[in-house]
Amino acid sequence: MNTATQLPDPWSTPLEQIDVSDPRLYEQDTWRPYFERLRKEDPVHYQASSPFGPFWSVTRFEDIVAVDSNHAVFSSEPTILIGDLDDKIPTEMFIAMDPPKHDIQRRAVQPVVAPKNLADMELLIRSRVIEILDNLPLGETFNWVDEVSINLTTQMLATLFDFPFEQRHKLTYWSDIAAGTPEMAGGDVNDEERYTGLMDCLETFTRIWHERKGREGGFDLISLLQRDPNTADMVDRPMEFLGNIGLLIVGGNDTTRNSASGGVLALNENPGEYDKLRANPGLIPGMVSEIIRWQTPLAHMRRTAKQDIEFQGKQIKQGDKVVMWYISGNRDSSAIDNADQFIIDRANPRHHISFGFGIHRCMGNRLAEMQLRILWEEVMQRFSFVEVVGDPVRVKSNFVRGYSSLPVRLHR
Amino acid sequence: MPKVTLIEFNGQDHTIEAEAGKSLMQSAIDNGVPGIDADCGGACACGTCHCFVDGEWQEVAGEGDAMEEAMLGMRPDRADNSRLSCQIEVTDAMDGMVVRLPEYQM
Repeated sequence: MNTATQLPDPWSTPLEQIDVSDPRLYEQDTWRPYFERLRKEDPVHYQASSPFGPFWSVTRFEDIVAVDSNHAVFSSEPTILIGDLDDKIPTEMFIAMDPPKHDIQRRAVQPVVAPKNLADMELLIRSRVIEILDNLPLGETFNWVDEVSINLTTQMLATLFDFPFEQRHKLTYWSDIAAGTPEMAGGDVNDEERYTGLMDCLETFTRIWHERKGREGGFDLISLLQRDPNTADMVDRPMEFLGNIGLLIVGGNDTTRNSASGGVLALNENPGEYDKLRANPGLIPGMVSEIIRWQTPLAHMRRTAKQDIEFQGKQIKQGDKVVMWYISGNRDSSAIDNADQFIIDRANPRHHISFGFGIHRCMGNRLAEMQLRILWEEVMQRFSFVEVVGDPVRVKSNFVRGYSSLPVRLHR
Repeated sequence: MPKVTLIEFNGQDHTIEAEAGKSLMQSAIDNGVPGIDADCGGACACGTCHCFVDGEWQEVAGEGDAMEEAMLGMRPDRADNSRLSCQIEVTDAMDGMVVRLPEYQM
């Protein structure tokens, strides 16, 4: 990464010199004009060189839906990150598989978020949210990311896995390192640390798998994998087991965590919207969708062309990387009215791209929405203002759009 | 215009005048029927306009294509009579059709 150089001017720099894979755009939160320009001038844009090799950027909402829905041409294998897989840990996971293998493995774990399970979880989530919020300090500055966002989503994740509750901080750590290397998405996690961490993850979950074997009736993710004949022996294929566990950890944690922080920031940056919320907490369900759009917790998903194809006048070649920038599709004013504004009562808030479309669409979308809805319902019961009192610290990654710090102070 | 009845999971029914040529999803949304989200806006890409077509009407409603099948396959509550309502084009032959909505769209 060319860390020493300044970021180029988004409007005057020649298009071919713009690098939307540069993780600093996300760390510094300066990505907007670059994508605005691509959407206007070259919405399906070929970038001939980057630290991740050449790739296509798909930046408009409708084009992203078209690529995401066309899994016959745009493959999710071997990885859905802009960077390549780490040879030392060649994980396999169903998000990075095509049918029929994808369908079989996803179906095994999908029941964890089936309606009945969700209804059971609602009570549990609410009691945890209440406990977390009631223990926060009033009038003192603290990090919302650690005390609320991570705390809540990691508890949820431990429940989904029926993971030893007192060790749940490990889940957060594995989530942070899973896609954190420079080669994968421009992060700062070194290969050695990732390797050591993920091997510990594999070992831990392998032990849990064997301990749990034979236990009846469990509705956690491990029990579901064990019960489905198609995945009952997954533990014997360590890279597939680790990959899918990692997928469920990141998918079930990082995303909601960062929307739980992003919502606080968005309301502080848009005080008029916060006033609307105070006047009418009934806006929370729609606001949750708007927060998820606004945050776009995963900035991109990558596909690989299985064949030559002409797409929007461009010749995409077999083997080319095709990156769908969800973060850009969610700001596309041709698909979303006033896309650059955070509007908690917008007309059609569910029409956003953060969950992806097609067969890989987020499996936990309703659980994510439910957690955020309950969080805001309980916040509004207690606090008139969650005030952001310092600059947020953003994660350096072109994949996970997250925060490591968001200093806040609570007002009754 | 053909009359179609949509029944929410809680039993509440809504008989609407559907518009031939439009999708059933669009007709339902235009008539304010709750229980259909249609996040993708009708692109057969999200699965949140899932519905169950009542027995004798399945033939009239027809079968989904491969993409619809793929999307339905991801639903934990998928049934033999599952369809995505954005992929059902309303025709006059659907006058009287009954369609049930799932507990959750997801």
